[in-house]
Amino acid sequence: MGEVVQEEKAQKGAKKRPKKHPGRIDMTPMVDLMCLLLTFFILTAAFSKPKIMTITMPEKDPNAPAPKIDARRTLNILLTDSDRVYYYVGAIEPGKPQPQIVKSNFSKDGIRKVLLLKNKDLFTKISEFNEKRVKGKIHVSDAAAEDFIKSLKKDDNVGPIILIKADEGARYKDIVSIVDEMAITNIASYAIVDLSKAEKDLLKAQPR
Amino acid sequence: MPKIKSIARSPHIDMTPMVDLFSLLLTFFILTATFRPVDPAKLTIPNSVSEKIAPDNDIMTIFISPDKKIFFNFDNGKDTSRHFRAELIKAMGEQYKISFTPKEIKEFSKKSAFGMPIAYMKQWLSIEDQKEADKLQVGIPTDSIDNQFAWWLNKARFVNSQAQVAIKADGNVPYPVVKKVLDLIQKNGINKFNFVTTYDKQEVGIKDIPKQ
Repeated sequence: MGEVVQEEKAQKGAKKRPKKHPGRIDMTPMVDLMCLLLTFFILTAAFSKPKIMTITMPEKDPNAPAPKIDARRTLNILLTDSDRVYYYVGAIEPGKPQPQIVKSNFSKDGIRKVLLLKNKDLFTKISEFNEKRVKGKIHVSDAAAEDFIKSLKKDDNVGPIILIKADEGARYKDIVSIVDEMAITNIASYAIVDLSKAEKDLLKAQPR
Repeated sequence: MPKIKSIARSPHIDMTPMVDLFSLLLTFFILTATFRPVDPAKLTIPNSVSEKIAPDNDIMTIFISPDKKIFFNFDNGKDTSRHFRAELIKAMGEQYKISFTPKEIKEFSKKSAFGMPIAYMKQWLSIEDQKEADKLQVGIPTDSIDNQFAWWLNKARFVNSQAQVAIKADGNVPYPVVKKVLDLIQKNGINKFNFVTTYDKQEVGIKDIPKQ
């Protein structure tokens, strides 16, 4: 962008005198600086907003009876120290054989695979809908799409019910990670609940 | 015919309109930029796929620092003439029999997050030196004898019933600490809350469903 200043040859014989020219300032550095500042302000304006993840907890009422849930649909996820994750299907009931407890992790092939498999039908439906929207086959507003997905989730009565249970060793980021997995795999129903005594013992018995 | 001589001229672009435009845009962005208030403690926020942006107003934020201190922030509301913060400090003053002067109330309205026992509040509001003021931020007590945090929540809820709750905690905070806070929030009749997270994109599609 630099301006090439060409020296005009002084004509022979002509008297040398200061040439009159309009005072022109090279604005390039100024433009450069402004570009930089502008980019900075645009970027900081767009990225400084913190993101939030909304979660709704079941109402706490000590008098209300525990809601009946189909044990076959239940998947319990147990969180404990050093980012360990375990899961088992069903419920622990006295007198019945204990369910198989499986160790998993937060990686892509860990608990996510299990959740995707469990939630196959609903996940496929939502993904197909989203894909159609991206490809432009259906035209709906964001709000309408959100409502549609919400209704899909509400109508889902075969998908898993996830119970997230964390013990004293678990950390905040584990909870966020697992709730995030619920969002990734489009789980319709999940809740953060307390550990039972049997589950605590089960966790303690697990090798590290 | 004589050849038309092209005059060799230096390629010069007049940048004045460009500068004008840039100045305008720059001024606009500088003026609209809102500087994010500094967090009361250094927090490492966990990641999530959520793209939802936190609202600017009508939100109470609960900070939990890695050393388990609890801080609280509450905004003046969308319509700042409502002075929610001033009402909150007055309500807390009544609860703990501390009378705050109008100057102190004004000072409190201007500040952001805080985290100290209510007894330190007057001192915190009068200190000019930032470093000295930060020393007073030892966390809001949550013990069962004098659960000041529960009162802050309760009064904040009373002052602005529209306010959402956001939890901004360090990823390494033990779960029981978070649970205690969550239980207190639920006790105040709020069952919906938000975790402040950093956005982290994850691509998962139908092809990722494992074959049985």
